[in-house]
Amino acid sequence: MARLVCDGRELSLQPGQLVIDALADAGIGVPSSCRAGACQSCLLQATRGRPPAESQVGLKESLRAQAFFLACQARPTEDLEISTAGAAKLDVPARIASVERLAAEVLRVRLEPQLPFAYRAGQFLTLLREDGLARAYSLASLPSERLLELHVRVIPGGQMSAWLGGASSVGSAVRLRGPSGECCYLPGLSQQTIVLVGIGTGLAPLWGVLRDALAAPHRGPIELWHGARTPDGLYLIDELTALQAAHRNFRYHAYALESRGPTDVALGRLDEVLLAASPSFAGRRVYLCGDAPLVQLLKRKVFLAGASLQEVHADPFVSAK
Amino acid sequence: MSVYEELGGTAAIETAVDVFYRKMLLDERVADFFETVDMDRQRAKQKAFLTMVLGGPNNYAGKDMRSAHANLVGRGLNDSHVDVVIEHLASTLRELGASEAQIASVAAVANSARADVLSR
Repeated sequence: MARLVCDGRELSLQPGQLVIDALADAGIGVPSSCRAGACQSCLLQATRGRPPAESQVGLKESLRAQAFFLACQARPTEDLEISTAGAAKLDVPARIASVERLAAEVLRVRLEPQLPFAYRAGQFLTLLREDGLARAYSLASLPSERLLELHVRVIPGGQMSAWLGGASSVGSAVRLRGPSGECCYLPGLSQQTIVLVGIGTGLAPLWGVLRDALAAPHRGPIELWHGARTPDGLYLIDELTALQAAHRNFRYHAYALESRGPTDVALGRLDEVLLAASPSFAGRRVYLCGDAPLVQLLKRKVFLAGASLQEVHADPFVSAK
Repeated sequence: MSVYEELGGTAAIETAVDVFYRKMLLDERVADFFETVDMDRQRAKQKAFLTMVLGGPNNYAGKDMRSAHANLVGRGLNDSHVDVVIEHLASTLRELGASEAQIASVAAVANSARADVLSR
């Protein structure tokens, strides 16, 4: 049976048990959020032995080479010695510079990194509070901007969003881990049609990708479709409308699923209005960001409508567990 | 020269795998076996399969075919489903401009995997 040693202490590991659960059983808390191998909050480093291959899926080559792995995906079948300190050394310290409300349920959080934090527009990071609470958020800012920008959905009962939206978060020290993700503008095919589809705060990475593409400059048509459950979930409406006026190749569409009162906002299901507007997605580059089940549904639909899977960049947001 | 090279190598496979996968998802006789949350991983498996049956460079062995499909056999995978796959493989190649002789040779290779796929 495989042995698991963490920071020099031997832990009990049941056959088939996840490292993250074995750590919890032993009272060792490590940051964790999605428990689905996506957010990379639970990154650990193996100091002896080889992490299971499936626990390194999606990690950067440089991290894999240093034996980093995801505790929520690792079921060791051979002896493994791990360190909880390795990942913290990768973190960049930062300070919360400002928090403002973009919409009834969306916060704009700006962060000032204390060390250089290199990323590409559209990637995501893990935000760690001092006590280890961790959540993954997409970057809405551009690398050329001094501050990092996140769009945080206020979730009822959500620990991180409640703290960020509260009185004491501004000025606090946090740590940043990452970046990760491939939801980025690719230069080189400047005539291609780009379709950006964001659900809720799925607009965040697209706000970065859109401005990156317009600055490239991308010459082909760019469409941005933003959907939310209610009109309250739509935001950056003035900014996107202004960009549409300034760029002939950019079109902005916003839809809410339902409305409780009179509204100027168009109502409709994003997958339905999107497919109705574009019967074929052949040759298009498609970005899908936001709530995971809807992103997966959209991915299937645009693929069946002719998009090549290689040209579909999906960034499903997985809720914290 | 292999059919893989005759059709245009890697670039042709990338197109073929999208066409082939789409046919599978749209055919209710086999769609359930291809439904998955991780479409990219499913696509990678199909690309490996297409590369193998077209005679391209691959590491796909019969043993992998057997273990990869073992749980599907438990879910009812049988000869009729393999027939559907070969039918769509042929129509995919036809859309890509393959000759009937090329299609027949590819179908023969695919057929040779039948016993492994069905755990026989």
